[in-house]
Amino acid sequence: MTVFDIVKSFGLKIRAGENRLGEEVTGGYAGDLLSDVIAHGRKGNIWVTIQTHPNIVAVATMKELAGIILAGGREPDSDTLQKAEEEEMPILVSSLFTFELVGKLYQKGISGTGEC
Amino acid sequence: MAGAENNISFHEMFHIQGGNFTNAGLISSQVKKILKGAGFSGGVIRRASIATFEAEMNVICYANQGTISLFITPNFLKVVVDDEGNGIPDINLAMKEGYSTANEEIHELGFGAGMGLSNIKKNADQMILTSKLGQGTHLEFIISLERKDKLVPLCSSRE
Repeated sequence: MTVFDIVKSFGLKIRAGENRLGEEVTGGYAGDLLSDVIAHGRKGNIWVTIQTHPNIVAVATMKELAGIILAGGREPDSDTLQKAEEEEMPILVSSLFTFELVGKLYQKGISGTGEC
Repeated sequence: MAGAENNISFHEMFHIQGGNFTNAGLISSQVKKILKGAGFSGGVIRRASIATFEAEMNVICYANQGTISLFITPNFLKVVVDDEGNGIPDINLAMKEGYSTANEEIHELGFGAGMGLSNIKKNADQMILTSKLGQGTHLEFIISLERKDKLVPLCSSRE
Protein backbone atom coordinates (compact mmCIF):
# COMPACT_ATOMS: atom_id res chain seq x y z
CA MET A 1 0.00 0.00 0.00
CA THR A 2 1.43 3.37 -0.98
CA VAL A 3 0.97 6.75 0.68
CA PHE A 4 -1.29 7.67 -2.24
CA ASP A 5 -3.48 4.59 -1.59
CA ILE A 6 -3.90 5.76 2.01
CA VAL A 7 -4.73 9.29 0.87
CA LYS A 8 -7.45 7.95 -1.46
CA SER A 9 -8.78 5.41 1.04
CA PHE A 10 -9.16 7.89 3.86
CA GLY A 11 -9.90 11.05 1.92
CA LEU A 12 -6.86 12.76 3.41
CA LYS A 13 -6.05 16.34 2.47
CA ILE A 14 -2.60 16.77 0.94
CA ARG A 15 -0.74 19.76 2.37
CA ALA A 16 2.83 19.00 1.19
CA GLY A 17 5.00 16.46 -0.58
CA GLU A 18 2.62 15.80 -3.46
CA ASN A 19 5.50 14.46 -5.54
CA ARG A 20 6.39 11.74 -3.08
CA LEU A 21 3.14 9.91 -2.55
CA GLY A 22 4.17 6.81 -4.49
CA GLU A 23 6.29 5.40 -1.69
CA GLU A 24 5.34 1.99 -0.31
CA VAL A 25 4.33 2.17 3.37
CA THR A 26 6.15 -0.33 5.60
CA GLY A 27 3.98 0.12 8.66
CA GLY A 28 2.83 2.84 11.00
CA TYR A 29 3.71 4.65 14.19
CA ALA A 30 1.58 6.94 16.31
CA GLY A 31 3.12 9.35 18.80
CA ASP A 32 3.45 12.97 19.78
CA LEU A 33 6.78 12.87 21.60
CA LEU A 34 9.52 13.38 19.03
CA SER A 35 12.28 11.38 20.71
CA ASP A 36 9.86 8.49 21.07
CA VAL A 37 9.25 8.52 17.30
CA ILE A 38 12.99 8.82 16.70
CA ALA A 39 13.55 5.75 18.87
CA HIS A 40 10.76 3.52 17.52
CA GLY A 41 9.69 4.70 14.09
CA ARG A 42 10.94 2.63 11.15
CA LYS A 43 11.98 3.60 7.64
CA GLY A 44 8.93 3.83 5.39
CA ASN A 45 6.45 4.11 8.26
CA ILE A 46 3.48 6.44 8.09
CA TRP A 47 3.44 8.65 11.20
CA VAL A 48 0.23 9.76 12.91
CA THR A 49 0.63 12.78 15.17
CA ILE A 50 -1.00 15.98 16.40
CA GLN A 51 2.26 17.93 16.51
CA THR A 52 2.30 20.63 13.82
CA HIS A 53 5.63 22.45 14.19
CA PRO A 54 8.58 22.17 11.75
CA ASN A 55 10.51 19.63 13.81
CA ILE A 56 8.07 16.93 12.75
CA VAL A 57 9.58 17.28 9.27
CA ALA A 58 13.12 17.04 10.69
CA VAL A 59 12.20 13.86 12.55
CA ALA A 60 10.35 12.29 9.62
CA THR A 61 13.25 13.05 7.28
CA MET A 62 15.88 11.71 9.72
CA LYS A 63 13.96 8.48 10.09
CA GLU A 64 13.10 8.26 6.36
CA LEU A 65 9.38 7.96 7.09
CA ALA A 66 6.91 7.71 4.22
CA GLY A 67 4.82 10.61 5.43
CA ILE A 68 3.04 12.36 8.27
CA ILE A 69 -0.71 12.34 8.92
CA LEU A 70 -1.97 15.08 11.22
CA ALA A 71 -4.97 13.78 13.13
CA GLY A 72 -8.01 15.57 14.43
CA GLY A 73 -8.08 18.03 11.55
CA ARG A 74 -4.90 19.75 12.75
CA GLU A 75 -3.16 21.90 10.17
CA PRO A 76 0.62 22.25 9.81
CA ASP A 77 2.27 25.58 10.69
CA SER A 78 3.39 27.64 7.68
CA ASP A 79 7.06 26.99 8.63
CA THR A 80 6.28 23.29 8.69
CA LEU A 81 4.81 23.40 5.20
CA GLN A 82 7.85 25.22 3.85
CA LYS A 83 10.24 22.71 5.37
CA ALA A 84 8.09 19.80 4.16
CA GLU A 85 8.20 21.09 0.58
CA GLU A 86 12.00 21.51 0.79
CA GLU A 87 12.40 17.96 2.09
CA GLU A 88 9.60 16.53 -0.09
CA MET A 89 7.94 15.05 3.00
CA PRO A 90 4.23 14.32 2.56
CA ILE A 91 2.03 16.03 5.14
CA LEU A 92 -1.57 14.87 5.11
CA VAL A 93 -4.52 15.90 7.22
CA SER A 94 -7.27 13.65 8.55
CA SER A 95 -10.44 14.76 10.29
CA LEU A 96 -10.36 11.54 12.34
CA PHE A 97 -8.86 11.61 15.82
CA THR A 98 -5.73 9.53 16.39
CA PHE A 99 -7.47 6.54 17.91
CA GLU A 100 -9.94 6.13 15.05
CA LEU A 101 -7.35 6.84 12.38
CA VAL A 102 -4.86 4.31 13.71
CA GLY A 103 -7.61 1.71 14.13
CA LYS A 104 -8.74 2.13 10.55
CA LEU A 105 -5.16 2.08 9.21
CA TYR A 106 -4.62 -1.15 11.11
CA GLN A 107 -7.77 -2.61 9.57
CA LYS A 108 -6.40 -1.74 6.16
CA GLY A 109 -3.30 -3.78 6.89
CA ILE A 110 -0.89 -1.13 8.13
CA SER A 111 0.71 -2.75 11.15
CA GLY A 112 2.72 -1.26 13.98
CA THR A 113 6.31 -1.77 15.04
CA GLY A 114 5.36 -4.34 17.66
CA GLU A 115 6.65 -4.26 21.21
CA CYS A 116 9.49 -2.22 22.63
CA MET B 1 51.29 10.35 5.72
CA ALA B 2 51.70 7.99 8.66
CA GLY B 3 49.81 8.95 11.82
CA ALA B 4 47.50 11.29 9.93
CA GLU B 5 44.51 9.02 10.29
CA ASN B 6 43.04 11.08 13.11
CA ASN B 7 43.90 14.49 11.67
CA ILE B 8 40.96 16.87 11.61
CA SER B 9 40.09 17.68 8.03
CA PHE B 10 37.09 19.81 8.96
CA HIS B 11 35.89 21.69 12.02
CA GLU B 12 32.93 23.98 12.60
CA MET B 13 31.35 25.37 15.75
CA PHE B 14 27.75 26.48 16.18
CA HIS B 15 26.14 28.51 18.98
CA ILE B 16 22.80 27.60 20.54
CA GLN B 17 20.52 29.89 22.49
CA GLY B 18 18.74 28.11 25.32
CA GLY B 19 14.96 28.35 25.23
CA ASN B 20 14.94 29.34 21.57
CA PHE B 21 12.44 26.87 20.19
CA THR B 22 11.94 28.91 17.04
CA ASN B 23 15.36 27.86 15.80
CA ALA B 24 15.14 24.34 17.16
CA GLY B 25 16.71 21.82 14.82
CA LEU B 26 18.54 24.47 12.79
CA ILE B 27 22.03 23.34 13.77
CA SER B 28 21.49 19.62 13.30
CA SER B 29 20.05 20.54 9.90
CA GLN B 30 23.24 22.42 9.02
CA VAL B 31 25.38 19.53 10.24
CA LYS B 32 23.35 17.20 8.05
CA LYS B 33 23.94 19.43 5.01
CA ILE B 34 27.69 19.43 5.69
CA LEU B 35 27.80 15.64 5.97
CA LYS B 36 25.70 15.20 2.83
CA GLY B 37 27.98 17.56 0.94
CA ALA B 38 30.98 15.54 2.11
CA GLY B 39 29.51 12.40 0.59
CA PHE B 40 29.14 10.25 3.68
CA SER B 41 26.85 7.21 3.59
CA GLY B 42 23.15 7.46 4.36
CA GLY B 43 23.65 5.46 7.54
CA VAL B 44 26.34 7.77 8.90
CA ILE B 45 24.31 10.85 8.00
CA ARG B 46 21.18 9.48 9.68
CA ARG B 47 22.95 8.47 12.88
CA ALA B 48 24.88 11.75 13.11
CA SER B 49 21.72 13.79 12.39
CA ILE B 50 19.69 12.02 15.05
CA ALA B 51 22.38 12.28 17.72
CA THR B 52 23.10 15.93 16.93
CA PHE B 53 19.39 16.79 16.88
CA GLU B 54 18.87 15.26 20.32
CA ALA B 55 21.95 17.02 21.69
CA GLU B 56 20.82 20.34 20.24
CA MET B 57 17.34 19.94 21.72
CA ASN B 58 18.81 19.16 25.14
CA VAL B 59 20.68 22.47 25.12
CA ILE B 60 17.59 24.38 23.99
CA CYS B 61 15.32 22.68 26.52
CA TYR B 62 17.53 22.62 29.58
CA ALA B 63 20.47 25.02 29.31
CA ASN B 64 21.02 28.79 29.04
CA GLN B 65 23.25 28.49 26.00
CA GLY B 66 25.76 26.16 24.42
CA THR B 67 27.95 25.23 21.50
CA ILE B 68 28.05 22.27 19.15
CA SER B 69 31.33 21.50 17.40
CA LEU B 70 31.64 19.09 14.50
CA PHE B 71 35.00 17.50 13.75
CA ILE B 72 35.66 15.28 10.76
CA THR B 73 38.67 12.98 10.50
CA PRO B 74 39.37 10.25 7.95
CA ASN B 75 38.05 7.59 10.34
CA PHE B 76 35.29 9.20 12.39
CA LEU B 77 33.01 12.14 13.07
CA LYS B 78 33.15 13.71 16.48
CA VAL B 79 30.55 16.05 17.93
CA VAL B 80 31.26 18.00 21.09
CA VAL B 81 28.47 19.80 22.91
CA ASP B 82 29.16 22.16 25.78
CA ASP B 83 26.46 24.08 27.59
CA GLU B 84 26.09 26.54 30.45
CA GLY B 85 23.23 25.80 32.80
CA ASN B 86 22.18 23.87 35.86
CA GLY B 87 23.99 20.72 34.84
CA ILE B 88 22.79 17.15 35.47
CA PRO B 89 22.59 16.07 39.14
CA ASP B 90 22.42 12.33 38.41
CA ILE B 91 23.73 11.19 35.05
CA ASN B 92 22.65 7.56 35.49
CA LEU B 93 19.12 8.74 36.13
CA ALA B 94 19.25 11.12 33.17
CA MET B 95 20.30 8.24 30.90
CA LYS B 96 17.25 6.18 31.94
CA GLU B 97 14.60 6.07 29.22
CA GLY B 98 11.49 7.96 30.23
CA TYR B 99 13.14 10.09 32.91
CA SER B 100 12.61 13.74 32.13
CA THR B 101 12.82 17.08 33.90
CA ALA B 102 10.95 18.87 31.12
CA ASN B 103 8.44 21.61 31.89
CA GLU B 104 5.02 22.03 30.34
CA GLU B 105 6.16 24.20 27.45
CA ILE B 106 8.71 21.58 26.43
CA HIS B 107 6.16 18.75 26.64
CA GLU B 108 3.58 20.65 24.63
CA LEU B 109 6.00 20.81 21.72
CA GLY B 110 6.59 17.08 21.90
CA PHE B 111 9.99 17.24 23.51
CA GLY B 112 10.94 15.94 26.94
CA ALA B 113 10.18 12.29 26.26
CA GLY B 114 13.19 11.39 28.38
CA MET B 115 14.81 9.53 25.50
CA GLY B 116 17.25 12.05 24.06
CA LEU B 117 20.39 10.77 25.76
CA SER B 118 19.56 7.13 25.09
CA ASN B 119 18.89 7.98 21.43
CA ILE B 120 22.33 9.58 21.27
CA LYS B 121 23.91 6.52 22.87
CA LYS B 122 22.13 4.18 20.46
CA ASN B 123 23.26 6.08 17.39
CA ALA B 124 26.86 6.81 18.39
CA ASP B 125 29.79 4.42 18.62
CA GLN B 126 31.18 6.15 21.70
CA MET B 127 29.68 8.70 24.05
CA ILE B 128 31.03 10.66 27.00
CA LEU B 129 28.81 12.74 29.26
CA THR B 130 30.03 14.81 32.19
CA SER B 131 28.40 17.57 34.14
CA LYS B 132 29.11 20.07 36.89
CA LEU B 133 26.14 21.16 38.98
CA GLY B 134 25.42 24.83 38.63
CA GLN B 135 27.80 25.20 35.70
CA GLY B 136 26.84 23.02 32.76
CA THR B 137 27.24 19.82 30.82
CA HIS B 138 29.80 18.39 28.39
CA LEU B 139 28.84 15.76 25.86
CA GLU B 140 30.91 14.20 23.14
CA PHE B 141 30.11 11.39 20.79
CA ILE B 142 31.89 9.63 17.97
CA ILE B 143 30.48 8.03 14.87
CA SER B 144 32.88 5.75 13.02
CA LEU B 145 32.98 6.07 9.29
CA GLU B 146 32.37 2.99 7.22
CA ARG B 147 35.31 2.13 5.02
CA LYS B 148 33.27 2.44 1.86
CA ASP B 149 32.51 6.11 2.57
CA LYS B 150 33.96 8.32 -0.09
CA LEU B 151 35.32 11.50 1.41
CA VAL B 152 35.24 14.70 -0.60
CA PRO B 153 37.94 17.12 0.53
CA LEU B 154 36.32 19.91 2.51
CA CYS B 155 37.49 23.40 3.31
CA SER B 156 39.99 23.49 6.16
CA SER B 157 38.88 24.77 9.59
CA ARG B 158 36.21 27.44 9.36
CA GLU B 159 35.85 29.42 12.56
